[in-house]
Amino acid sequence: MLRQSRHVQEYGPTAIIWAAATMVVVPFFWLMGDLLWNGWNHLSLSFLFSAPQNAGREGGIGPILMSTLLVVGVCMGVAVPIGLGTALFLSEYTRQDHALGRLIRASLDVLAGVPSIVFGLFGNALFCQALGLGFSILSGGLTLACMVLPILIRTVEESFRAISRDQRLSAAALGLSTPTTIRTILLPAAIPGLLVGGILGLGRAIAETAALIFTSGYVDRMPESLMDSGRTLAVHIYDLAMNVAGGNPNAYATALVLVGLLLIINLSSSWITTRWTSFNQLPA
Amino acid sequence: MISSSSNISSRSTSEGLLSWTVRLLALMAGGLLLLVVLFLFREAWPALQHIGVARFFSDPGWYPTEDAYRLTPMIWGTVWATAGSILLASPLGILSALFCHFYAPPLLGRWYRRMVELLAGIPSVVFGFWGLVVLVPLIGRWHPPGPSLLAGILILTLMIIPTIMLVAHASMAQVPVAYIHSATALGFSRWSMIWHVILPTTKVGLFTGILLGLARALGETMAVLMVCGNVVRTPSHLFDPIRTLTANIALEMAYALGQHRAALFVSGLLLLGLAMLCVGMAEGLRYRNAYVATK
Repeated sequence: MLRQSRHVQEYGPTAIIWAAATMVVVPFFWLMGDLLWNGWNHLSLSFLFSAPQNAGREGGIGPILMSTLLVVGVCMGVAVPIGLGTALFLSEYTRQDHALGRLIRASLDVLAGVPSIVFGLFGNALFCQALGLGFSILSGGLTLACMVLPILIRTVEESFRAISRDQRLSAAALGLSTPTTIRTILLPAAIPGLLVGGILGLGRAIAETAALIFTSGYVDRMPESLMDSGRTLAVHIYDLAMNVAGGNPNAYATALVLVGLLLIINLSSSWITTRWTSFNQLPA
Repeated sequence: MISSSSNISSRSTSEGLLSWTVRLLALMAGGLLLLVVLFLFREAWPALQHIGVARFFSDPGWYPTEDAYRLTPMIWGTVWATAGSILLASPLGILSALFCHFYAPPLLGRWYRRMVELLAGIPSVVFGFWGLVVLVPLIGRWHPPGPSLLAGILILTLMIIPTIMLVAHASMAQVPVAYIHSATALGFSRWSMIWHVILPTTKVGLFTGILLGLARALGETMAVLMVCGNVVRTPSHLFDPIRTLTANIALEMAYALGQHRAALFVSGLLLLGLAMLCVGMAEGLRYRNAYVATK
């Protein structure tokens, strides 16, 4: 009797939870299906490599892919060395409860939550105006570098911390100096973590729009140098959808390219993570 | 002894070099937040000095060319859009984390989590684009004009569900197995175990997730910019077009000069402060929670 009533009491919550889960799934498949359905037909090699014409209604996204590559390249080129250095400092040169280390970590945590539009304002004020770089790929890349630093540092620091203490102790017992230990033992062991951190940062950078519209600008020509203004994939989607009547078909195709790129990035990072964990769990 | 002393001295130079480089880089990264705050203040200063804080709330409207800088319609836009999305996304996110952990068959649960992770990775401009071409016309057919507070709330909800769900999921995974076993041994049904054991133990984690979702919704720009209509007016119902603080910056920054530009930096400063508050609270909670867990 008791059992029976208890089972009946279970029906309500179970139904609600399945319904909530379905409500989350449906828009996801709707969105992805919509992108595939409307974007797939426009996708071709010539779309990827030709220049946009008629404000982007026709033609392709060649220069835009190039600008995206350059902006992201500048971003990673600046963020990776700073991120690696900071992560080394936090994991190898300070104790976990060290005051300066904790301060830096806290400031990075807050930085991770700063809205991207605020990074855009900051980048515009510092790089475009104070440093005189103007609307350029360099300004955009540097702004993005500030934005991806927190996630990069956190991932890399964790991968250094995951290396067992024994390895460090053995290195010290062999009389290796800290730089040698870092170069020959810690860096090779942390490479998968470095890759994952870099890939996550890359994903953030490619997806970003708000921080770029007034740092790297709108120009859709093929960039000739880092000082040229350049339009990234995400900005291109925004511009086609909002400012160009009849730009939707190409916006769909561009969105599909962007989501496809991010999917590859996401899958490769989780592939590295699984490979890495299974490798580390092998018996010594 | 002699050879080792030369060895040590040569080692100490390279060691010193590396340790100073690393220290310098860490200070750069750690000082970045301070630099952001300082630069926003520097650019906002003319407006704070000449317009004054009070006029952002008392001017007749937002007409930057006519020297009127009332920010309240945008503040209300941000408040309503954020509040609405939190109200929808919190239950959906927490319930789907429960689904993933306790209701779905293991394989389905794993796939479900992968899918939510993918959802978290979709760029906001793609959400905005989808909202603009699919959601807004649908709302427009039901209750014109279409671009509205409601569209903004729905898109934001979709965007912050992953944040709330993944944090909730992670904190549910940390519930000690012994709790679950004890509850089962006491004859708790699945739902009473969730209600009496899981939700109370993960309370702090769930709240952390909601705060992080809040921070994301507050700062979101592209998606709301594309679906909300961007009319500067305090919304009176769900189908009114709104403009948020973030959208205002994105729309006007390109041509703003002088006091207008400074006023936009003031709204940026406001956003930064709000986001810092959310993240600070979330981190504080997480720190306290970690402390309790290890004790």
